[in-house]
Amino acid sequence: MSNLILPGIVIIVIIYGLYKKRDIYNDFTNGAKQSFNMIFEMFPSMLAMILGINLLLDSGFITKIFSIFSFKFLPVDIFPMAILRPISGSSTLAVLTNIFKVSGPDSLAGRIASIIQGSTDTTIYVLTLYFGTIGIKKIKYALTVGLISDLISIVTAIILVNIFFH
Amino acid sequence: MINKLWALFIIIGIITFIITGDYEGLNATILNSGQKTFDMVIKIFPVIALWLGIMEIATASGLLKKLSNLFYPILKHLFPEIPKDNKALGYISSNIITNMFGLGNAATPFGLKAMKELQKLNKKRNEATRSMITFLVINTSGVTIFPTTVISLRMMYESKNPSEIIPICILTTFISLMIAIMIDKIFARRYQHE
Repeated sequence: MSNLILPGIVIIVIIYGLYKKRDIYNDFTNGAKQSFNMIFEMFPSMLAMILGINLLLDSGFITKIFSIFSFKFLPVDIFPMAILRPISGSSTLAVLTNIFKVSGPDSLAGRIASIIQGSTDTTIYVLTLYFGTIGIKKIKYALTVGLISDLISIVTAIILVNIFFH
Repeated sequence: MINKLWALFIIIGIITFIITGDYEGLNATILNSGQKTFDMVIKIFPVIALWLGIMEIATASGLLKKLSNLFYPILKHLFPEIPKDNKALGYISSNIITNMFGLGNAATPFGLKAMKELQKLNKKRNEATRSMITFLVINTSGVTIFPTTVISLRMMYESKNPSEIIPICILTTFISLMIAIMIDKIFARRYQHE
């Protein structure tokens, strides 16, 4: 089903454009042209963030700190997952895969991790990308609210999995 | 805040590297980040170009306008500062719809376009507006209904029921989204008074 969504969007847009007698080929190339500028505008802020994120992740700080915690209703593997989730999409996916490999997708850790992955997004990445591209320097309370909402998602995921599955 | 967070990441990272004695790794990480950023940007470049093309057809033909009219009753409460006929509403709707189905790749260009339109409404060029932050919060707290990647991973690792997480996922998303929007409103009000 989900494989048909993208082609579906494309065909609806094209048919509607034809129906409205638009110069659709020209519209497409004009739109695609704008991507060059966007790429140039996003590069500096992405570079800054990736430098910071990679230093933090590659140093192994997060896994070292959180290997000391463990509770009955909250498996230890969830901590690095929860900390990494707002920072880096690819490393969260690596942690998720590792949890599946070690404890299995139907374990308590596996289920909590699945729901964290499915119901939150990479806050810091999205923030850097969007604000960096349009040149916003003062982000006000954006990061605070973004991180609080990640925390709420994670806590909700832990509570709901414990209620419904275990 | 972003200054402090950035500094914190770098300082903690470098100190941990030095304590563990991995100087080679430290140097490699610093030097590689340029290449990694370049690879990342180059990887999303064609996706952005493709969707900006499709999006331009939808904008020019008025399809985007129809979509934003459809969602306007909900969006006007979330984004009271955006005028009714603004293009941003159409881009925001498209971004949320693609995100719902877990299609992050397609959602990003729509989100970038929405931000560009919001920036046109902005009076202080380098300061985030209330609408921008609300849009980011909705985006980052996630609106996914069908988490495609997780379900295919669960299948790969032989879960007995890969899709059993969907109802809880939707419930989690819904609860956290509602709370996030409430917190955003509280912060926005507090910031106005200062």
